[in-house]
Amino acid sequence: MDLSVTLCGIEIDNPVIPASGTFGYGYEFAEHYDINCLGTFSFKGTTREPRFGNPTPRIAESAAGMVNAVGLQNPGVDKVISEELPQLKKVFHKPVMANVSGFSVEDYAYTCERLDKEPQVGWLEVNISCPNVHGGGMSFGTDPAAAAEVVRAVKAVTRKPVIMKLTPNVTDITAIARACEDAGADGLSLINTLQAMRIDLKTKKPVLANVTGGLSGPAVFPVALRMVYQVYEAVSIPIVGVGGVSSAEDVIEMMLAGATAVEVGAANLVDPCASRDITAALPGVMEKYGIQNLKDIIGGAHG
Amino acid sequence: MKKALFTIEKNERLTPTVLRMTLRGPAEAVTAPGQFVDIALPGRFLRRPISVCDAGGDTLTLLYKVVGGGTEQMAAMVPGGTLDILAGLGNGFDTAPAGESPLLIGGGIGAAPLYLLAKKLLAEGKRVRAILGFNGANEVFYVDEFKALGCGVTVATADGSVGVKGFVTDALPEEHSYYYACGPEPMLRAVWAKAAGSGQLSFEERMGCGFGACMGCTRQTVNGPKRVCKDGPVFRKEEILWT
Repeated sequence: MDLSVTLCGIEIDNPVIPASGTFGYGYEFAEHYDINCLGTFSFKGTTREPRFGNPTPRIAESAAGMVNAVGLQNPGVDKVISEELPQLKKVFHKPVMANVSGFSVEDYAYTCERLDKEPQVGWLEVNISCPNVHGGGMSFGTDPAAAAEVVRAVKAVTRKPVIMKLTPNVTDITAIARACEDAGADGLSLINTLQAMRIDLKTKKPVLANVTGGLSGPAVFPVALRMVYQVYEAVSIPIVGVGGVSSAEDVIEMMLAGATAVEVGAANLVDPCASRDITAALPGVMEKYGIQNLKDIIGGAHG
Repeated sequence: MKKALFTIEKNERLTPTVLRMTLRGPAEAVTAPGQFVDIALPGRFLRRPISVCDAGGDTLTLLYKVVGGGTEQMAAMVPGGTLDILAGLGNGFDTAPAGESPLLIGGGIGAAPLYLLAKKLLAEGKRVRAILGFNGANEVFYVDEFKALGCGVTVATADGSVGVKGFVTDALPEEHSYYYACGPEPMLRAVWAKAAGSGQLSFEERMGCGFGACMGCTRQTVNGPKRVCKDGPVFRKEEILWT
């Protein structure tokens, strides 16, 4: 039985990847299990400067999911390189996916250029889809021309594969996907969270201090699946499927829709061992559905 | 931190809104007073963080206030049922700086984690005094339990129906060696401003994961951003910034 897949030229042992923002910089999960069982993981969204993020409350619950407005809290790329990556190196021996966000094209290029020099980093996952920051983040992911501009700026400063993380908060995600591919992106990951909110009936005001946030969890899985399916038909670069994945069955479904690899997000926050358990369950589920080689099923649902 | 199934032994109402749940399971995962557990509830996506009132041997005791759908669901649970719990989360209180006569200050359900702290301080030979604040007589709980441990207890009620009329800060004693506080944030802020000397304060925040992964519960501190769930919930008085 073969679980390995090749993501933008790098072979990974299995397609399971904890998603950015749900796994920190990895080493804290290594207290709970050997994280080398994962294909890789995408570390916490990193920006040029340190960020505190949004005021609290940053979290609201919803049916089969949650709404967050963390707002890219991170120590900034210099500290990530000097402090977080050395800690990670002790416990993770595979290439890691570096998730990068920014507030200008120059920001993205600056941060990616620094991470390009880090041998631990396998891929750059460029987040042009954060719904919780103002004057950046998602604004680059909702306009094909702006998305393409970020791709070109990042590609100019790195030889590592560049995976653009797309937002679902658009009319036609395939237009953004094609613009990224045309500008030279090596892969796409989708979807980021869906813009959402909750209101507290006691205070009669929004739960989140930021008013709106991003919905994730099993509630968004069918939406993510649909978008992966559509984008698979629109582009020929690899897709990382993200959104509400909570089981090995979900991983298979995402791959059938067209994903080469699959990120697990909110599930990690409910159960610290979720990604490990999903990885461990994959062979059994493959056997149940008569799958010998995971590579063979990528896009298998298409005609 | 340990993820385990605990069995509900008792689930008793102490006041109209506060219940005590006694659970059997690997309670040794709780390594310090002031830690909390994170409980998965059927049909709810996120776990519920609840402070540990007592833990010893294979028995875990939680006091919780019914504040919403999740805690209403807990209040309806019956003995024999099991709960999926992450136990031993957070840093907990440090008893090393307590001195000879530490003061415990609890507001409402914030009294819960002070119980295990009182046990530990008393076992270390300290003279422990507790000030427990409530809105009114019908909300008072655990005064006898703290007394039974050997603490001196002062009760303050906002409506004056029991004990000192006013807030916990209206009942502060003349002298204490150190203080430990847990309660609603306005109370913590008042204690921080008024109580003499140094102390530790335990905070509450809406959490995503409860174990440091999501950055959902961050507070700004003198030492930079800190996660209430992992770096806290207990912070030293000197670290705290109010925003």
